[in-house]
Amino acid sequence: MLGRLSWAAIPLDQPLPLYAMGVVGVVILIVLGIVTVKGWWPYLWREWITSVDHKRIGVMYVILGLVMLLRGYSDAIMMRTQQAIAVGDAQGYLPPDHYDQIFSAHGTIMIFFVAMPLVIGLMNFAVPLQLGVRDVAFPTLNSVSFWLTATGALLVNVSLVIGSFSRASWWGYPPLSELAFSPDEGVDYYLWPLQISGIGTLLTGVNFVTTILKLRAPGMLYFRMPVFCWTALAANMLIVAAFPVLTATFAMLLLDRYLGMHFFTNEAGGNQMMYANLFWAWGHPEVYILVLPAFGVFSEVAATFSGKGLFSYRSMVLATLGICILSFMVWLHHFFTMGAGADVNSVFGIMSSIIAVPTGAKIFNWLFTLFRGRIVFTTPILFLIGFMITFVLGGLTGVLLAVPPVDFVLHNSAFLVAHFHHVIIGGVVFGALAGINYWFPKAFGFTLDERWGKASFWCWLIGFYLAFMPLYVLGLMGMTRRLQHIADPSWQPLLLVAELGAIVVFLGILCQIAQLYVSIRTREHRRDLTGDPWNGRTLEWATSSPPPAYNFAVLPSVETIDAFWNMKQRGLPPDEPAYQAIEMPRSTPIGFIIAFFATVTGFSLIWHIWWIVILGLLAAAITVLVFGWSENREHEISANEMARIEQARPGLGRPA
Amino acid sequence: MTVATIDAVRPELVRGRGGGGPASTRTVVAYGFWIFLLSDFILFSGLFAAYAVLSDQTAGGPTGAELFNLRNVFIETMCLLFSSYTCGLGALSAERRQPGRFLIFAALSFVLGAAFLVIESTEFAAMVGKGAGPSRSAFLSGFFTLVGTHGVHVTGGLLWLIYMVAQVVAKGLRPHVLRRLLCWSLFWHALDIVWVGVFTLVYLMGAR
Repeated sequence: MLGRLSWAAIPLDQPLPLYAMGVVGVVILIVLGIVTVKGWWPYLWREWITSVDHKRIGVMYVILGLVMLLRGYSDAIMMRTQQAIAVGDAQGYLPPDHYDQIFSAHGTIMIFFVAMPLVIGLMNFAVPLQLGVRDVAFPTLNSVSFWLTATGALLVNVSLVIGSFSRASWWGYPPLSELAFSPDEGVDYYLWPLQISGIGTLLTGVNFVTTILKLRAPGMLYFRMPVFCWTALAANMLIVAAFPVLTATFAMLLLDRYLGMHFFTNEAGGNQMMYANLFWAWGHPEVYILVLPAFGVFSEVAATFSGKGLFSYRSMVLATLGICILSFMVWLHHFFTMGAGADVNSVFGIMSSIIAVPTGAKIFNWLFTLFRGRIVFTTPILFLIGFMITFVLGGLTGVLLAVPPVDFVLHNSAFLVAHFHHVIIGGVVFGALAGINYWFPKAFGFTLDERWGKASFWCWLIGFYLAFMPLYVLGLMGMTRRLQHIADPSWQPLLLVAELGAIVVFLGILCQIAQLYVSIRTREHRRDLTGDPWNGRTLEWATSSPPPAYNFAVLPSVETIDAFWNMKQRGLPPDEPAYQAIEMPRSTPIGFIIAFFATVTGFSLIWHIWWIVILGLLAAAITVLVFGWSENREHEISANEMARIEQARPGLGRPA
Repeated sequence: MTVATIDAVRPELVRGRGGGGPASTRTVVAYGFWIFLLSDFILFSGLFAAYAVLSDQTAGGPTGAELFNLRNVFIETMCLLFSSYTCGLGALSAERRQPGRFLIFAALSFVLGAAFLVIESTEFAAMVGKGAGPSRSAFLSGFFTLVGTHGVHVTGGLLWLIYMVAQVVAKGLRPHVLRRLLCWSLFWHALDIVWVGVFTLVYLMGAR
C-alpha cells in the first residue's frame, strides 16, 4: 500500500534528528499560526503564491535561498564541530552514517537551494526592470519554475523527518550511489528533488534567454544592455546548455536504481567514470551559472557607487561570453586522477588556466571603474572590495589546482574544500548579498540599515578567512575531505580556528537578520520616495520603489548604455506621458498546483508508492491540459486606470 | 552612421537587432519553444554520448548486429519522415485558415506517427522476449534509454496532437491556437532530427 514507507522511516531512536525535527516543526507551526491568526492567507494567496509578477517571484526565490542558507549553515557548523572535537580517542557526537548524510545534504542544499535561488531570484527581480519591459517572456512558466524549485527544497528537507538522506556526497558518484551500495531511499532523496527542481531551473533558462533576446525596451540594442543583463544572458544560456545533461545523467542513475539497468554499475559493462564526466559536464558550467550573475551584480555596484560608467563595457561583455564558452571545456579538471593520461590532463589543465584570463580582465575592469571614482562606501561596495580580494586569492589556488601534478597531491583534500568555498563564498555569496542590499530598496521601497549591513559584511569576511585559511594548511598537511574522525591530533588547533570562523560567519548571518528587523521597524524613516536611492544608472531606477506591477507606465526609450543616467543628464521626459492601455498577465495558481502534485509524486517515487505516483502524474497532466486550453490569460489595464494608478503612487524616478 | 541616427532614420534596421521594442507574441512563443527544443537536443546528446561509450559493452549478451532488423527500421524511419512532411502541410493549411485540410494532414501525421510507435514497440517487445532487455548489458541499457526516450517523445507528441486537434475543432484556427500548433509542429520536426541521429548512430553503425 505505501511501498517502502513504514514507521521505521521516522528516526525515533536517534535523538539528534528528532530535536532538529522538533525545532523545525515548532518554527513552522509558529509561522503558520501567525499567518492564520492575522488572517494573511488570502493576501498571501492572491499577491504572492499565485503571482506571476517577476518581481514577486524574484523575492520569493531570494527568501527561499535565505531560509535554505540557514539549513545549509546548520549542516556546516555540525560538521565543523564534529571535526573539531572528534580527535584521537574522542568520537565526537555524530555517528558516521549521520555525518555522511550531513555533508551530502550540505553540498546539495548550498548549491541547488541556496546559491541557485539567490542568483535566479536576483535575475528575476532585476533583469526585466533593467531591460525596460513589463515582465519576462513567459510569466506563468516563471511561477511554475519557482514552485518546482521550492518542491525540490521541500523534498530534500523531508528527508530530515522521514527516512534518511544520501550518504554519497553532493555529486552522488556511482558505484556508491548505486543500489548495490546505497540500497535505501537516501540517494533517491537526492535524485528526485534535483530532477524536479532541475526542470524548474531549465524552464527559467528558456524563459530568460527568450526574455533577454526578444523582449527589450525600444532602442535597447545588445550593446546598450546593462552588464547584469549580459551576465544573466550568459548564465541562462549555460542553464539551457548544461542542465539537460544533469537531467539525463540523473535519469540514467535512476534507471540503474529502479529498473536494474547498467549505466554506471560495476557489472555488465557499466562505466562509473562516465557518470563523473557527465556530471561535471554540467557541474563546471554550473559554477559559472552561479558566479556570472554575481559578476553582473558587482559590475552594477561598482559603476553606481563610484558615480562612473563601467570601465571598458565591451571587454566586460566579451569576457562574460568568453567564460560562457570556456566553461564547457574544463570539466575534466574535477578528476585529473581518473587516469586519462598526460595528454588529456594537459589540455584540460591549460584550458582551466586560460579561463582565469577573462576573469582577470573583469577584475581589472572593476578596479579601473573604482579608480578615481567618487566611491560611496555602502554595504554593497564593501562586498565588492571584499569579493575582489577574496576571489583573486581563491582564483589563484584554483589555477594551482589546475596544474595536474599538483592536483594529484591535493585531490580530495581539505585544500580543495578551501578552494571552492573560497570562490563560492567570496564570489557567489558576496555577490548575492551585495545584490540584495543593492536592490532591496527597489523591491520594498525602503533602504536597508547600513550599520548592520556593514557589521554583517565584516563578520562574513573575517569569518570566511578564519574558517577556510586553516583548511588550506590542513590540506597541505595531508588531511582529506569528509573526515568524520580526525586521527592526527596535530590538526586539532587549526580545526578549532576553522570552528571559530564558522561561528563568526554565524554572527554575520545574525547581523543580517538584525539588519532586516531594524530596517523593517524603521522603514518609515528610510522610505525611498525618489525611486532612485543610489543615483543609479540603469532603467530599474527609472521607476518608483517598489515599481507598479507593470513596471513602466510607458516603456522607456533607450538611446545609450546607462540609459537612466543618460536620461537624467538630458533632463527627464515630461510628467504627463500619454498613457496607453496595456495587457498584463493574470495571476494563476497553476504553478502552485503543479508543484503540489510534483511534491506528492516525488515523495511517492522515493518510497516506491506506485499508485500515488500514477495519480500524481495524472493530476499534474490534467492541470497542464486545463491550463493549455485557456485563452484569456491576460487582463487589460486601460489608459484611464493607468493614469489613476500613476498619480496615486509616490516617486516617479525623478531625482530628489 | 551612428546607432542613434539609424534609430531615427531606419527603424526597421534597428528592429532586426532588437532595437524596435518587444517582439510580437508569436515570435516570442516560437523563439522560446526553439530554445526549449535546443535543451531537448542537449538531453539527447547526453544519452547519445552514454550510448556511444557503452555500445561495445555487451557483457557477453547480444550485439546490435544480432538484434537490429534494418528493414523494419527503414520502414519506421520512413513513417516518421513522412509524418513530418504531412505535419508541414498541416501547418501550412492552418496558416491559410483551412481547418478541413489541416484535419486531414493532422490525421495522416497521427497515423504515420502511430505506425512508427507500433513498429518500435514490436521491436522492443521482441528484444525483451529474446532475453535482450535493458538490464541485460550496459549496451542494451544505453540502447533502450536512448531509443525509448525518443519513443516517449513521439508518444507525447501524438497525445499533444490529439489535444491540438480538439482545440482546433472547438475553437477554430484563432491566433493563440495557431501559436500552440506552431510549437507542436516545431516539436514534431525536432523529433525527426533526433531520429536521423538515432537511425545513423544506433542502427546503421550498429548493424554492421
